[in-house]
Amino acid sequence: MTADTPALRLEGIVKTFPGVRALDGVSFSVLPGEVHALMGENGAGKSTLMKVLGGIYQPDAGKIFIDERETEMKGPLEAKANGVMFIHQELSLAQELSVAENIYLGELPRKSFGRVDWDTLYSRTDAILAKLKVGFNARTVVGELSIANQQMVEIARALTVDAKAVIFDEPTASLTDAEKVVLFDVIEDLKRQGVGIIYISHRMEEIFRITDRISVLRDGEYRGTLETAATNEDEITQMMIGRSLDLSRNHEHVELGPVALRVEGLSCGHLFQDATFEVREGEVLGFYGLVGAGRTEIAETLFGLRKPTAGRIILKGEEVTISSPIEAIRKGISLVPESRKEQGLVLGMNCRDNMTLPQVGDLTAGPFVSDGAEISIYDQYRDRLQIKSPSWRTTVGNLSGGNQQKIVIGKWLSMRPEVLIVDEPTRGIDVGSKSEIHNLLRELAKQGYAVIVISSEMPEVLHVSDRIIAMYHGRIMREFTAAEVTEDSLIHAISGIAGDAA
Amino acid sequence: MADTAMKSLGGVLARQGILVAFILFMVGFTLWNPRFIDIDNVFGVVRSSAILGVMALGVTFVVIGGNLDLSVGSMLSFSAIVVLDLHENPAFGPALAIPAMFAMTLCLGAINGFLIGYLRLNSLIVTLGMLSAIHGLTLTYSGGQNMDIANQNDTWFDVFGRGSALGIPIPVLIFALLAAILGILLAKTPFGRRVYAVGGNDTAATFSGIPRARVVFMTYMISAFCVATAGLIQASRTMGAQNTVGQGMELEVLAAVILGGASLLGGSGTIFKTVIGVLILGFIQNGLLLAGLEFYVQFVVTWIIIILAVWLDIATKRGKLWSPIA
Repeated sequence: MTADTPALRLEGIVKTFPGVRALDGVSFSVLPGEVHALMGENGAGKSTLMKVLGGIYQPDAGKIFIDERETEMKGPLEAKANGVMFIHQELSLAQELSVAENIYLGELPRKSFGRVDWDTLYSRTDAILAKLKVGFNARTVVGELSIANQQMVEIARALTVDAKAVIFDEPTASLTDAEKVVLFDVIEDLKRQGVGIIYISHRMEEIFRITDRISVLRDGEYRGTLETAATNEDEITQMMIGRSLDLSRNHEHVELGPVALRVEGLSCGHLFQDATFEVREGEVLGFYGLVGAGRTEIAETLFGLRKPTAGRIILKGEEVTISSPIEAIRKGISLVPESRKEQGLVLGMNCRDNMTLPQVGDLTAGPFVSDGAEISIYDQYRDRLQIKSPSWRTTVGNLSGGNQQKIVIGKWLSMRPEVLIVDEPTRGIDVGSKSEIHNLLRELAKQGYAVIVISSEMPEVLHVSDRIIAMYHGRIMREFTAAEVTEDSLIHAISGIAGDAA
Repeated sequence: MADTAMKSLGGVLARQGILVAFILFMVGFTLWNPRFIDIDNVFGVVRSSAILGVMALGVTFVVIGGNLDLSVGSMLSFSAIVVLDLHENPAFGPALAIPAMFAMTLCLGAINGFLIGYLRLNSLIVTLGMLSAIHGLTLTYSGGQNMDIANQNDTWFDVFGRGSALGIPIPVLIFALLAAILGILLAKTPFGRRVYAVGGNDTAATFSGIPRARVVFMTYMISAFCVATAGLIQASRTMGAQNTVGQGMELEVLAAVILGGASLLGGSGTIFKTVIGVLILGFIQNGLLLAGLEFYVQFVVTWIIIILAVWLDIATKRGKLWSPIA
């Protein structure tokens, strides 16, 4: 095969669902040894396209070519047999089994009488793991591995076959910066072996770091392919959403109100120690740090989900104890939690009921829930947050990530809190919604809310915060004002390097 | 396209599947044996379904809340035996026996609710254990004897099982009234909403300030209250009871709730659907008897039909009969 023959080519793929044309004649190709980004907002059709490629959906029209040979993907096994491998966003590993068993699940090497040939299994697996330079071996139980290492197991699984194309779907969503570097090395390796790679991500920074070409989908339509080296974030964003975004950092100056929340020497066992900070009305306080630095745990403690082992919480000048979310809510603290699907929403419930859940006990006429009161709250926040949903009756699980997140934000905003804590406000949502949520957070501060934003994305923290607290290993390392903070100083602080200097 | 037609039909079935199935089933059986839809037969079925139905109403709350209650069968035996025994006890008499029995049954519900709600133990294990424990408790209480009301002509106790008002049997009235009250409680009150939230996603419910433990506790109290009511009807209808009168009913109750379409994963179902489920189950069993099949055959056929119903339910939701992924 020459380098010009695509490893994988899609031609005119059409897929319709009742009422929706999810894919409308999408064509694109991946060359061997190329990293090809597939971008688009949530709902643009990326996942559907990948499911067609993986044989999970059958296209209504269009063709799939592998090495220019037309191939029909009737099911996941067929995709695998044709050398198309997926590294899924949500890991699908058996937690109780060993790394080797997971990698060869369904095709364990056998000896006579169907017994598993463990020696061959482990030696084959270790050979693959050696290529990935990982710190665990074939016998390690998957449940004991970090998320990043579990992802490595998924990658190792892709390497067991002679892969033509490997699809990475949001692979860095739960990785730390150090783990990302390892992942990018692996991708680089695959590239050198001539594998075609499709890389799906919302993170521009990564896209520009590792990809060769970028293809963009919008509303199920193919918008075009660009050479990464010859384009920029603005152009891509514009292709994705049809307009340009302003991600610069120019805050209007807001007159700060009194201190809404003050925390003194707050500790919770080994999770975080001696946290002291305050947030004023009209201010966005950012918390930045690596996963596990204790940021989320501080939020959970303030929301009454964890019991502090030391320290004081002073809300509007009065010392309080908060022993349950119910109390936190009553005292005016709201938390938009880190994980939308697990902690934020009841996915099977409709939009309205999700939004009014914390206050449903107050929205009553006599002993009954008042439909009118609920709908009026929903309508108000749907308009204010520009939630796109066919109706309040729509099941929340059917909305895109961005709209789901807006429902969660609406839920907590409608409680009219004194302090609004937002943990990872834009994780896994598309650029358009992301910038809307950023603007909203700024807007809320302007209206006099005290807002705390926790984020793992540096551009986000820099963009929305008036002040930034950097955490490392459960401790606050340093506090920056928006004027003095630089990316370098922030990175140093969260790596524990600037600890002594501060 | 045929495919799209299939899908929109699938959509209707997924939403109203249980009603459609009910109607098809009724029509089919009636064509085969017109006596099936005879007014006396229909009334008979509704009447004999009342006890099961009352229990299913309570279990609906438990299941929507994301749990199971397998203890309702032996709890029914317990409440029937207790109310009959206290009725015969001169210190109580019918007027005191009934509230005393309700209080004792609610205590059993409280044990379930405490263990599952507050201590977060697995509901399958707890209620399976309670099934056995309550059975033992009942036998200990009764000394293994069956209970009978000695002087049946000298008490008003038979009104709950044998009486009627406006030509409608009292058990049916109780079932209808309780269904209406609990239906409104579930669909229209903040408590009902919280049950759905806890069953749908208990973590998100906790993060929304819902007292998960208390909500789960209350679902078991409602379940116990319904069992006590069913036990009262049972005892009053037969004016006597065996220690094993409720044996196996936990599965029939669960079957009715599932047939109604409540998800065993929690978070979905309604009282109305459960009532339909109860009626379907009642008519299936009645139809089998009319067909001249031996009584015991119904255990086999009932479960075959339930498994088919669950399969069809899932199949219509995902649009194919079989799929490698959910």
